[in-house]
Amino acid sequence: MDGLSFRYGERVALDGVSFSAEPGEIFGLLGPNGSGKTTLFRILSTLIPPQQGTARIFGHDLRAELNEVRRAIGVVFQAPSLDKKLTAAENLRHQGHLYGLGGAELSKRIEEMLARVGLSDRAHDYTEKMSGGQRRRVELAKGLLHRPKLLLLDEPSTGLDPGARRDLMQYLKELSRKDGVTSLLTTHLMEEAEQCSRLGVMRAGKLVALDTPEALKARIGGHVVTIKTRENSAFAAKLKEKLGVEPAVVDDAIRVEQEDGHSFVARVVEAFPGEIESVAVSKPTLEDVFVHLTGHRFWEGAERGTEPPAKQGKH
Amino acid sequence: MMLAVYSLTQRELVRFFRQRNRVIGAFAQPLIFWVLFGMGLRGSFDKASSGGASYMEYFVPGVLAMILLFTAIFSTISIIEDRREGFLQSVLVAPVPRAGLVLGKLLGGTVLAVLQGVLFMVLAFLTQRGLAFDPLRAAWLTGAMALIAFSLVGLGFLIAWKSESTQGFHAVMSVFLFPMWLLSGAFFPVTAETPAWLAWIVALNPMTYGVALLRHALYPAGERALPGIPELPVSLGVTAAFALLMFVCAQAVSVRRVQGDLQ
Repeated sequence: MDGLSFRYGERVALDGVSFSAEPGEIFGLLGPNGSGKTTLFRILSTLIPPQQGTARIFGHDLRAELNEVRRAIGVVFQAPSLDKKLTAAENLRHQGHLYGLGGAELSKRIEEMLARVGLSDRAHDYTEKMSGGQRRRVELAKGLLHRPKLLLLDEPSTGLDPGARRDLMQYLKELSRKDGVTSLLTTHLMEEAEQCSRLGVMRAGKLVALDTPEALKARIGGHVVTIKTRENSAFAAKLKEKLGVEPAVVDDAIRVEQEDGHSFVARVVEAFPGEIESVAVSKPTLEDVFVHLTGHRFWEGAERGTEPPAKQGKH
Repeated sequence: MMLAVYSLTQRELVRFFRQRNRVIGAFAQPLIFWVLFGMGLRGSFDKASSGGASYMEYFVPGVLAMILLFTAIFSTISIIEDRREGFLQSVLVAPVPRAGLVLGKLLGGTVLAVLQGVLFMVLAFLTQRGLAFDPLRAAWLTGAMALIAFSLVGLGFLIAWKSESTQGFHAVMSVFLFPMWLLSGAFFPVTAETPAWLAWIVALNPMTYGVALLRHALYPAGERALPGIPELPVSLGVTAAFALLMFVCAQAVSVRRVQGDLQ
């Protein structure tokens, strides 16, 4: 990707995004809704052509060599793409035909893929009769049937319970290790992002950071101290004045990044006795990284259709 | 690409037969029309305009045209469903040229429409004295039906590709397609008493030539005189040209992206 931009009418969805993924890695794109990651996904999956900038997949240009690109990628959409009136095996057979596979070779692959996603016994069930997790696995089998070198997944954990989510990440890692398949996935779940080998953080159409999850967390260093008081903004001002730190008021708490969180807490408690309702010291999480990078709480970043934070609380 | 076309066609058929009420509905409606109108209008029909055929017999090509029109157009509703259910997106990113996608859809709808047309044709053979079974007649009719159905599925594709809901599609159906059928010589013949403006509309309606083609196909050996309808070469030529035009247009429109894909 180099200088990729895209706009829907007036709204700029992607603003000069550049990056490259290494073969075999699991590359995550983290960002809230409206950050442009879905637009980026649509461009990569050849659903829409790039407007500005260049994009190549394994050296094939996304504008000029569409067929080569399409053959090299497997796509798992966020929205289901199975034909509910067909069985799992029929869905896969149809998919195989679209990619020019047929005959005994295709039958063998269908069997193989269904076994790999653990659905051999459900091969002849209509997909409308399957559970969300099972359907998701058929989708994955569908995306992998033609043995793509790059697997694109848009919010792959949508509708999956935590167990199925772990299985999925495990499977992607196995694919990378055994077959050298590169995975590129978009996500808004921190714990999923945590599992990626590298992570691009997106906000408002821009790629604001790109590194391994560990390196991203190391940028903050030390600890994150979260303090709750009755009057957060006033207290933050006092903190800044007295202790010379850079506090940020996020939602109903004050966040301070400190090399040594523990001694900082001691200083705060000493300086402001009785004013603190609660205080917590933690190692930085990816969410802290996000706040650090953008100055916003993760869920605030959404321009439209904000995901309720309740979704976060589920796990 | 042929494999993809075959697969898309086959999928249309499988989907159709797995929805039993669709199978019944598609066949029952024209049949009811045929029996009710055929019986009701029998007395007021002037046999001179049909070369001596009874109204029931005269109405056979009209009912065939209706079966083809309804089945063909409704088969393209699956495009809207495919888009809504997400199936279409995986076809759109597959290494298949859009012409393959269009051809698959069009052939699927065509086969469905012709299958039902053939069922009705057999019924007409069995019940109409003027229309006994004759291999030449059956072959002509089937070929004509295939050509007409193909053009109509193409027309349906054009309408369906940009429709975002099946309701909108139904609205187009009633204001546009039904009159198209009504004014094609399917329901009543154009005679000297037909007002000139109406005769013009009939002459400009591509469906008129399809119905005329069916009428000619019904009498391959010229068993009946067919006054007031286009000659066979004209009927065949216009219908074939219409079919080709619809395919080209459907292919052109399928390259365009639709808002529905970006949701």
